[in-house]
Amino acid sequence: MENHEAKDEFLFYSRLSLTELTGLRAVNLEQLLALVKEVPDSCIFHHTHRFLRQHLHLSPEPPNDFAYWVFHALGEARLAEALASIDIVRLDSLRAIREKIASTMEDYMARSVSARQRFASENETFHFLKSVSFIFPTGRTARTLPEFAGQIRQISMDSIYFHMFEARLRLEKGDNDFSLWLAESAGEPEIAEAVSRLDPYTCTAEGLRSRILDIVERRRAA
Amino acid sequence: MNGIKDYIPFIGQSGADELSLLAEHLKGKKIRFFNSTAVGGGVAEILNRMMPLMRELRLDATWDVIKGGEQFFAVTKKFHNALHGHAEEITGRDFEVFMETGRLNAAEMDLSGDIMFVHDPQPIMLVEKKGANKWIWRCHVDVSAPDERVWSFLREYIVRYDASVFSAPSFSRVLPIRQFLVAPSIDPLSDKNRDLPEEAVLAVLGKYGIYRDKPVITQISRFDRLKDPLGVIEAYRLVKRHMDCQLVLAGGTAVDDPEGLQVLEEVRNRAEGDRDIHILLMPQNDLEVNALQRGSDIILQKSLKEGFGLTIAEALWKGKPVVASAVGGIPLQITHRYSGMLCHSVEGAAFAIKQLLQAPDYARKLGENGREHVRNNFLLTRHLKEYLLMFMCMEHGRDLNRLF
Repeated sequence: MENHEAKDEFLFYSRLSLTELTGLRAVNLEQLLALVKEVPDSCIFHHTHRFLRQHLHLSPEPPNDFAYWVFHALGEARLAEALASIDIVRLDSLRAIREKIASTMEDYMARSVSARQRFASENETFHFLKSVSFIFPTGRTARTLPEFAGQIRQISMDSIYFHMFEARLRLEKGDNDFSLWLAESAGEPEIAEAVSRLDPYTCTAEGLRSRILDIVERRRAA
Repeated sequence: MNGIKDYIPFIGQSGADELSLLAEHLKGKKIRFFNSTAVGGGVAEILNRMMPLMRELRLDATWDVIKGGEQFFAVTKKFHNALHGHAEEITGRDFEVFMETGRLNAAEMDLSGDIMFVHDPQPIMLVEKKGANKWIWRCHVDVSAPDERVWSFLREYIVRYDASVFSAPSFSRVLPIRQFLVAPSIDPLSDKNRDLPEEAVLAVLGKYGIYRDKPVITQISRFDRLKDPLGVIEAYRLVKRHMDCQLVLAGGTAVDDPEGLQVLEEVRNRAEGDRDIHILLMPQNDLEVNALQRGSDIILQKSLKEGFGLTIAEALWKGKPVVASAVGGIPLQITHRYSGMLCHSVEGAAFAIKQLLQAPDYARKLGENGREHVRNNFLLTRHLKEYLLMFMCMEHGRDLNRLF
């Protein structure tokens, strides 16, 4: 098992991102909802993943931008909680995430008439931003589980995040790259499933790395 | 001079490798920076630190400074204030002076290059010589509520650029060109931010008669009404009713700024009779500012209005719990209750200070989170990386780009 070679090498990539302003802004829930429905996917990705990248080591992790703004700028704690607790891991595309955010807001706004009357103060406007990303190969590869674990220990967090989040959602592969390779190429469906079940939205960057390593190491020790 | 390797303790080898990789993709591109001064001011400070790193990355990057006389810089000072929304008397002659100097610079300067990166309004007219190359305009000013006459004048030039860059979303205006968000940065190796031995910290505190026998709350900023030093004293007094503590208000004021001296006088009057308030009128001394921040228990920045407010990043970098007003670029640096405390009033500031003094473990955690937030988002190397990414964006228009 230790040195069983996968059919294909795992090629580690990474990505670097820059933030671009869209000029789109919201000061109340109606405007936020209307824009959530029409902004580019890269905006939805930015506002549901930015906090992970910017707060790599924060514990507990702040919620996504929509939840944070709804709570801090509009004081809508219940909606903020509902938005923060959307289980993004179970949604397999940015379209699905967008629809879930929109339906969560619509449901709440239908029940709470007063929510429509709340406005953010001038300096708390929600600015829609998007992530412009560049994907590049790191030159690192793995063909066996030990090699895979070794690389996971060393790669940058950008690389881990690329394979866990962007590959699944922006490249629409349906699952994270690690699980896809473990299942389809390395013949390790159980580890693949375990990595797939991780909730990377509720742990720090290093916590995520450790959990992936734990799963792989437990398999190697078995 | 510091090199990339000196930053590896902060960004890791992978962070250094990323810079090299991006530089590799920009090989052969001639990158030109333009601003209005070689020394003094935040732009020059950043470029002085960034250019050597670019050269080490073997980028063909150069930095040129435009020329201008007293009249020109008097006009650009008025423009600067007007862009911040202050009422300024700007005459038709002022616009003429700006254009004459702008055109003279455009005529005299070598404007060949692949990527032209122009900082702030002073050199903005260089874009009149734009050819097939890419031009980026970097705005370091908050232009969210500018004097419309000045903004309209400048906008005529801004829209000729291929892209613009702002420090915070709230500082920007709607424009028909791409707008990127690149926050300013601090240099962890500068005198203002580098680690200091405890003895050096204590020596500076001792020099100013500050002893750590009770918690030290510090605001470092020039004596300016917009920094609300009187509000800081009020907040301190609200805290002092319940907890013994001391306040340090440290900063400078320009000798030719009569309002600054007046504010200083008001602050001294308000503090009179309280030996636990230390008012320090300091000359520019980065090492002493560093030591004062490190020697404090809580850093306060109770500004009424603020630019990006990099003093926040400086304090967070030292692992200090920070209480700051939610204005300008401060909310980008502090996520409330995660990496610091945001406030909106004297009472709010006092409440946050009391909470932090009562809960030192929580205060320590905020400080740790704040330092990591700065490490990930506000160091010079991140700033450089984003500039390189932006240069690459000039040739890649998609949201997701593959470099293979």
